[in-house]
Amino acid sequence: MEKNHRVIELDEVVVKFAGDSGDGMQLTGTQFSDTSAFIGNDLSTFPDYPAEIRAPQGTVAGVSGFQVHIGHKEVSTPGDQADVLVAMNPAALKANMKWVKDGATIIIDIDNFDNKHYKKAEYVEDPLHDNSLSGYNVVKAPITELSRNVAMLNGLDSKTADKTKNQFVAGLLYWLFNRDIKIGEDFLKSKFKSKPELVKANIAVLREGYNYAETIEALSTTFHVNPVKGKKGMFRNITGNQATAWGLLAGAEKAGLEMFLGSYPITPATEILQEITKYKSLGAIAFQAEDEIAGICSAIGASFAGRLAVTSTSGPGLALKGEAIGLAVITELPIVIVNVQRGGPSTGLPTKTEQADLLQALYGRNGESPVVVIAASTPANCFNFGFEAARLALEHMTPVILLSDSYLANGSELWKIPSMSSMPEIHPPLVEDNAENFYPYHRDPKRLNRYWAIPGQPGLRHRVGGLEKADVTGEVSHDPMNHQVMVEQRDAKVQKVAEFIPQQEIVGEKEGDLLVVGWGGTYGALVSAVTDLKQEGKRISLAQFNYINPLPSNTAEIFSGFKKILVCELNLGQFALYLRSKHPQFTYLQYNKVQGLPLFISELKIKFNEVLDTI
Amino acid sequence: METKFEPVAIAKKEDFKLDTPVKWCAGCGGHAVLSTIMNVLPETGVAKEKVVFVSGIGCSSRFPYYINTYGFHSLHGRANAIASGIKAANPDLSVWIVTGDGDSMAIGGNHFIHIMRRNINVNILLFNNKIYGLTKGQYSPTTPKGSVTKTSPEGTIENAFNPGELAMGAQGTFFARTVDSDPKMMREVFKAAAEHQGTSVVEILLNCVIFANKVHEEITGKEVRQDNQIYLEHGKPMIFGKDRNKGLMMKCNTTEVVTIGENGVTEEDLIVHNAHDADDTNHYRLVRMELPEFPVAMGVIRSVKSTVYEDELHGLVRHAKASSKIKSVDDLLNSGNVFESKG
Repeated sequence: MEKNHRVIELDEVVVKFAGDSGDGMQLTGTQFSDTSAFIGNDLSTFPDYPAEIRAPQGTVAGVSGFQVHIGHKEVSTPGDQADVLVAMNPAALKANMKWVKDGATIIIDIDNFDNKHYKKAEYVEDPLHDNSLSGYNVVKAPITELSRNVAMLNGLDSKTADKTKNQFVAGLLYWLFNRDIKIGEDFLKSKFKSKPELVKANIAVLREGYNYAETIEALSTTFHVNPVKGKKGMFRNITGNQATAWGLLAGAEKAGLEMFLGSYPITPATEILQEITKYKSLGAIAFQAEDEIAGICSAIGASFAGRLAVTSTSGPGLALKGEAIGLAVITELPIVIVNVQRGGPSTGLPTKTEQADLLQALYGRNGESPVVVIAASTPANCFNFGFEAARLALEHMTPVILLSDSYLANGSELWKIPSMSSMPEIHPPLVEDNAENFYPYHRDPKRLNRYWAIPGQPGLRHRVGGLEKADVTGEVSHDPMNHQVMVEQRDAKVQKVAEFIPQQEIVGEKEGDLLVVGWGGTYGALVSAVTDLKQEGKRISLAQFNYINPLPSNTAEIFSGFKKILVCELNLGQFALYLRSKHPQFTYLQYNKVQGLPLFISELKIKFNEVLDTI
Repeated sequence: METKFEPVAIAKKEDFKLDTPVKWCAGCGGHAVLSTIMNVLPETGVAKEKVVFVSGIGCSSRFPYYINTYGFHSLHGRANAIASGIKAANPDLSVWIVTGDGDSMAIGGNHFIHIMRRNINVNILLFNNKIYGLTKGQYSPTTPKGSVTKTSPEGTIENAFNPGELAMGAQGTFFARTVDSDPKMMREVFKAAAEHQGTSVVEILLNCVIFANKVHEEITGKEVRQDNQIYLEHGKPMIFGKDRNKGLMMKCNTTEVVTIGENGVTEEDLIVHNAHDADDTNHYRLVRMELPEFPVAMGVIRSVKSTVYEDELHGLVRHAKASSKIKSVDDLLNSGNVFESKG
């Protein structure tokens, strides 16, 4: 029975899946994203999950979400607000109402909208009857009941059957967006490879959801998001943490070294450790240490022994590693410290995003302890900056702190797969066996790095350590003038990195009214907001910094082209403070947000217009 | 004892000497340990460039600056963690850790127990002088309860750690005890430690002439040492005493000191030391023996075989290299869910 069916073509659409943390929303979200990638949409995703593994069912605190933004044109963020919300229970609806657009389609599992669930979600009025949903296209689907029936008919017990309801949701979405259901079926076949009974039942439920959508009036309009034009080549969907791990592996390969990761599990950085454990075939070793300190210390040991050494952590872990980073500074051993930032201080908001570890990364150590600090700015370019962190650490013999954040780490985007032949070579300053006149603190004048002699190499026995060393010879030295020389050399070595990094780029014109300045993971929202205002004719540009210490050498030149500079960041103004110390001749306005949430395009446009109005 | 190492271009003691002055106090036990180690290293048959000394912070931890090997003087308490990374990164190296009672029992306690739990093949020389020397005389976790130090003017109110008990509790596979004033015993024990596959912990009762002079005198004093120490050797009966007539015997499931020839006791009645017993119950008893009831146990108390962390790890790496389809980063990037877009 064909209903009156209308198809609308959209440039982009944002879908949010929300339910209890056990409802499988992350899986459905991933499935839908992969399907969209497969047909050639651009996409950006962001999972939003509670700090507890299984928070009390039905409560707002236990709501797990997954947002995906797909487009016919390039998309840079997971989207501010959703066009389609799937709410598996009242708590999911309550938690997400402020993140949906007016007129959005809201699909609810009507089986969970009863007094018991309203009470858990702390609803006073029944949201289905208090007019709060007028103006939205609400689809009340008996998702639990229909899924359970179909799954049990396919041989599952009731408990397992209830876990298939996310496939009913997927089926609805495949219909709503005119997706080939076969792609969803293939996803399930690969997901449950070794469990044919689950494949069968889940496929049956997926089809049930699809067929249900086809028959109900509320979904008579469906949408089409066409593939991105001109996007050619091999693509994959990749999260920031995965990209970081892969970028580091790529760095090791290009340097002709094997990687060593010493880490302790910590949200939201753990996936990097998990990822590296999978690639022993590339010679990579992941050492799960007994604590954060042992994580970095084992890595420093591995660096001394000649590997590309990495430790991954989040803010609290970076604090614990501070003393050991100082050891890497004074021994001038290469090491990459990945800090996937989360809300702080202390345990703070472990699953939420923030950029408040910048000053800790720059300055959080005893003594004069300079390190290179760089930041990734999209999930996919975590690959490039993982690689870059490896390159700078190895070639300049210095610790490098790579800043990521929860938003990048868990978010994903479509990524054009690079070829390793397109990546630059990395040349660590190794020493030949039995090299004559080898001294551990003899420096290469070009980069000011010392040379890297590896235990096991004949003729190069030497000692390093945390006590200050004499220039060149590396003997322990308490000489006052020598300390001054060594402190200045370590600092000069890090500042010299500026000659070996790209110039700062700018989105938009080189001169104008307002320069928006961001760093790291806020790129997507900032570039979208700036681009929108540019199209409205505003004289606005964006400089998004990836290289923080040292800053690119053209930073002041860029700043001087604008009437006003607005620094936007997810902290109380740490980058602004840093810029004031490095380039005090400019005035820096600030836009700061510390809610555990990313920047939204809408709020940025309001702020930018406010500033533009004063010019 | 048999050595497991293949003799290669044998190093000599002189190969390990440095011109730089050793800056320990005159009379510090460290000098004797350093000299003994330089004697033992050539006997291990390891090429000199493959030897690495790692230390933490404290008097003992200056050791790497006094010996010509690859060396790493690291952070307070972290030598065990740094050495774990070195050995995991390159199992081919012979890694020695020099640490003290403050370094490994206090600030680095966590790494000390975990290196043993993993059984990483390193040799730990634990200089136990029962005091913080480099900070000039505060009590340490091994300082006997009641001792007056700069931070315990009325005497400590804390119970002391016994490193041997910690080693047993952490599933240590090798524990030995020796004294700084007995080079022959040190030499035998260090060699055994080097040969052991796994984490070897050697507690060295070491004298600090400045802040805890003669702290071990009851055990190590010339007049009393034969009566107050028992040197344990695997497969031999537990005999001690100036006259070699005292021994240890099991009675009603407890250990007792007996005299051979008294009450019909003969050498056959004594316990025969089994350092290789996987069950550590008896080793526990031995490390806990204290004066005046018992002599203090010396020598290799425990030495058992177990899996070694880096052997297992590199076994997994070899297996993965042989069997995985992902041989390069290009393979990795193109693995799994990839999509071709034709624009």
